[in-house]
Parts: sequence; C-alpha cells; structure tokens
Amino acid sequence: MSEINVQRRQFLKMSMGVAAVSIAPGIFLFDMAHGKADANKVRWGMLIETANCAEGCNDCVTACNTENGLSGGVSSTDSQWIRKIEIKDISTGRETSLPMMCQHCEHPPCVDVCPTGASFKRADGIVLVDKHLCIGCRYCMMACPYKARSFVHEPLQNQNPDVPRGRGTVESCTMCVHRIDQGQQPACAVACPNKSILFGNLNDPDSEIATRIRTVASAQVRADLGLNPGVRYQGL
Amino acid sequence: MLTSVAALIVLAGLYSVHMMEEHGHIITGMNNQIVWGIPHVFAIFMIVAASGVLNVSSIGSVFNKPAYKARAPLAGLLSLAMLAGGLTVLMLDLGRPDRIIVAATNYNLTSVFAWNVLLYSAMFAAVVVYLWTMMEARMQPWSKHAGFVVFIWRFALTTGTGVIFSFLVARQAYGSAILPPMFIVISFAWGLAVFHIVQSAIYQWNGKMLDEYVQKRMKNLLGVFVVAALYFVVVYHLTNLYFARQVEFERFILADGGIYPLLFWAGYVVLGNLLPLLLIYLPGWGKTQHVAVASAMVILGGFAFLYVFIIGGQAFPLSIFPGFEVKSSFGDGVIGLYSPSLPEVLLGFGGVGIAFLITAVGIRVLNFVPREIPKKTL
Repeated sequence: MSEINVQRRQFLKMSMGVAAVSIAPGIFLFDMAHGKADANKVRWGMLIETANCAEGCNDCVTACNTENGLSGGVSSTDSQWIRKIEIKDISTGRETSLPMMCQHCEHPPCVDVCPTGASFKRADGIVLVDKHLCIGCRYCMMACPYKARSFVHEPLQNQNPDVPRGRGTVESCTMCVHRIDQGQQPACAVACPNKSILFGNLNDPDSEIATRIRTVASAQVRADLGLNPGVRYQGL
Repeated sequence: MLTSVAALIVLAGLYSVHMMEEHGHIITGMNNQIVWGIPHVFAIFMIVAASGVLNVSSIGSVFNKPAYKARAPLAGLLSLAMLAGGLTVLMLDLGRPDRIIVAATNYNLTSVFAWNVLLYSAMFAAVVVYLWTMMEARMQPWSKHAGFVVFIWRFALTTGTGVIFSFLVARQAYGSAILPPMFIVISFAWGLAVFHIVQSAIYQWNGKMLDEYVQKRMKNLLGVFVVAALYFVVVYHLTNLYFARQVEFERFILADGGIYPLLFWAGYVVLGNLLPLLLIYLPGWGKTQHVAVASAMVILGGFAFLYVFIIGGQAFPLSIFPGFEVKSSFGDGVIGLYSPSLPEVLLGFGGVGIAFLITAVGIRVLNFVPREIPKKTL
C-alpha cells in the first residue's frame, strides 16, 4: 500500500472520529429536549361524561374563548376551538349533547400531512400548531376527521400573551397547554358546572381518568379510523 | 395586444394578493368548512394540465413519432408556463405567502405537500434540461434520455397531485386509490386540449395550415383521452354509489346539491365530454376549428369537474357521527356555503395570465413554433 493511501486512511478515520465526538452530545441533548426518555410516562387526555352534559349549556365554550382570547363569534370564518354538538340517533331518536374539540390523536392526520412540520405532537400527546412554521396551506383542515381546526381569516387584536395566535395560520384546541405546563387544568374542564370533563394522565394507572376508563364504558369518536384519540366519551 | 391584456390580468391578480395579505382570507369566499376554493381549482387545473401537455413530447421522444417530435419543444414550454402559473396561484393563496422559505427549508417527510414541493421543483428542472437538449444542437444526443426522465417524472408528479386527495381519510369525496390514476388520465385530456388551442392560435396568427395527417392523429388522440378520463370518473362515482355509507354524498354531488350536480352534468359531462366528442368524431366534423372548440369545451369541463370535486367535496359535511343527525355552531351536519369572491377569482386568472405571458414571450424570443416535417417521411 502506498504512503498516500495510508495517510488518506488515517485522515478518514480521524475525521469520522471527530465527527462522531461532535455529533454525539447533540443527539443526546436532542433526545433530552424532546423528552423522549419519558415519552411513555405522560399522555394527557380527557373523558367526557355525556350524560351530564346539558343541552344548551355553553360554559366550556365560553371559558375556552376567554382563556385563549377568541372572539366567540360563530360565523363560518370565526375560530371555534371547542363547540357544543347536539346529536340525535336517527334510528332510535336518542339525543345527546357533547363538546367537540381537537381529539389529540396518537396518530394525528394533521401532523402527517403538514408540509413544514408546523403541526406536531408533544411527547405528552398534546397536538399543537407551531405558529412560526405554519404557512397557512390548510391541508391539516382537509385532513382532520373531527373538523377541529380553524383558520385565522382576519388580523387579530388584544391577544392573550400566553396564547399567541396569528392571522393566516391554522389553530385548534391546545388542551390549554400553557395551563397544563403550570400544573393547572384546561379551562373547559374547570368551567364545566357538571364536572363532565375529566382531565388527566391516561398513562398513569392510578390517575382518576385511567381508573374511570378502566371501569366504565367509554368510546372514541370515529374509532374506526384507528387514530387513537386522547379524548374519550362516556355514554355515547 | 393580447399580451398587454394578460399583463393587466396578472397585475389584477397581484393586487388581489395584496388585498388578501392586508385583510386576510376574510375577503375570499373560503371559510373553515370550505378551506380550498377557486384558487385551488385554477392551480390544480394548471398543474395537472402542465403534466399532461408533456404527453405530446413523450410521444415524440419516448415513442419516436416524428409528428409529435416537432411539437415537443412547444409542449415543454407550455408545461413550464402552466406549472409556473399554477404554483404561483397555490403559493399566493397561502395564509402566509411570505413564509414560502419555510416550506423550502422545513420538510415533513410524511407530508404529500412536502413531496409535491420536491416533485414540482424537479419537474421544472427536468423540463428545462429537456428543452435545452432539444434546442441546442450539441445536446441533441441526450434529448431522448431527458425525454424519458420527464416521461417518468410527470407520472410521479400527477400521482402526487392525486395523492393529495387520496390520502385524506376525513372527507367522503376523497380517500380513494383511484384518484391518482384518474388524475393521470385526466391530465392527458386537459393537457392535449390546451396544446390544441395554443397550436391552433399559433398557426392562425402565422397564417399557416396544420398538416391534415397530423391534425387527424392529434384530434383522435384527444378523443381517446377524453373517453378514458370519463371512464375513470364514472368508476369513481359508481364505486361510491355501491357503498351505502357513500350514497348520501353521491346524492348530493349528482342530484340534490344545487350548483354541484348542475356543474357536474351540464358542465363536465355534457360540455366537457359529450359535445367535444361529437365535434371530434361526428362524420364531416373534426376539422381544425371544430377541434379547437372541442378543446375549449374540454378545458371548461375540466374547471367544472374540479369545482365539483374540490369545492363540492368539501361542502358536504364531515361524517363525525355516522348514523346521527348532527347540529352545532360550527356547521356540523349542514352543507357548507361558498361563493367565490372577486379577489380569489382574479388570483386564479392571474395565474392563467402568467402562463399566457410565459408562453407568448417564449414563442416570440425562441424557436418554439412546430416545424412541419414533410408528410412522406411520417
């Protein structure tokens, strides 16, 4: 083997070593920053008891609007992060009232289709939109089977500093992530006069929500799609 | 004269974009139920036709038909022009068009849109290289290879366009594997229709007559493509009609949905298919001017089809609670309303204007006019 070849080999070996040493801490920190180590520990979710959810009661919606600085308008271009839906079984006539919002799916279609990665799922299961990456293509709104997302059609004023929004971007229920991160409950869960919205960690077997979904029958909306939503409904 | 009209239309389109930037999408007819509107109809038409028009080149370079080879450069130019027009509309309709750089620097690899960003840019590059190999004498030995790459790539591109819809599980109009092949065949028809119109216009302005043999072959090809596209559309609707859960949606699109069935039957089926086929195939007809009219009808039918497919498909409410009657403040359970506003229509036409300007300037400064090869060599 010629001397040049040996030198080249040594050079390649050394550069690979240097590269590995410089990348390794980055990869480690990246994992830490994304909370991958404890991804299995927390999955925030909700259980909604529809039997107690009163028709005509809008307290969860009002609380959401106040908390997140939404106008509360109900035109087709206004943002509605949570809405009350009245449903009636066509064959039996049974009527039910329930709140509908982002279902914080385990396999969210909105995250799959987002071209820039603006739609993302946190390690604790909350699905959010990064307002700095969203280009406003609305593909996620086409993909969401729950019609949970709204597009900001107009310039905004008087925003809540904890909940930044932006004209021309898409938004939806954040599960009040800013409250959760401070150890509080989502605004809708607190506001419900009948305590119909139970919030908690689905992955903690001792939590109230985990105990309840283990003992009572609950269902996911459009479970046939296999998205495994973090919001479950009792009495549907 | 026409060029200045086109330039004015482009300006009007840009002014609309400025207005949409200033006031937000509130000045369009789009809303939280119908999130894609007229701009998407224009953009998708142009992108699909941009891919289909390259058929003319492919038949020339890949399948070695001299009559089409002479037309390949013009087809390439039209493809670039329509791709540019369509993509401009798509980009300027974004909620934040100023962030287009984000789309270029942040790729979510599971997103069909992100794939399409790559597919479109590579298509642009491939067609430019292809044109170069055709128009530069030194590069001509490479022309067949470049033609082959373009041939493969445009299948991928139109598949990508169809997949935008076929990967959507949420809405009943979409989520079907037939959509990508349907879009590919539809692209053949629309692309060739656009080519026919441009070719007739060029020949008319230059006082030339299209060779009878070429004219006959190209009009028959258009007829075949129109029939094939219609076949896919029929299969798509028949499949839906057979599934009980889809029947309500089909009833909406084909019978009760107001503007949508009207556009589907009168616009797409009659104007976009039956009348053009008569003009092409009826004995004694099928002359250049008939084919030009037929092509214009195919294009109008294409717009009608996309309006029904894109906007009608969104207007039908999502099936969140199958088997239940649903009502809410957010339009659940009711048909979505949409009326296109002037700014978004102008934005769409602005894209067409861009495509026209690129074509007109290209033909003027470069040698894109088909040079007829004597008949006996065909």
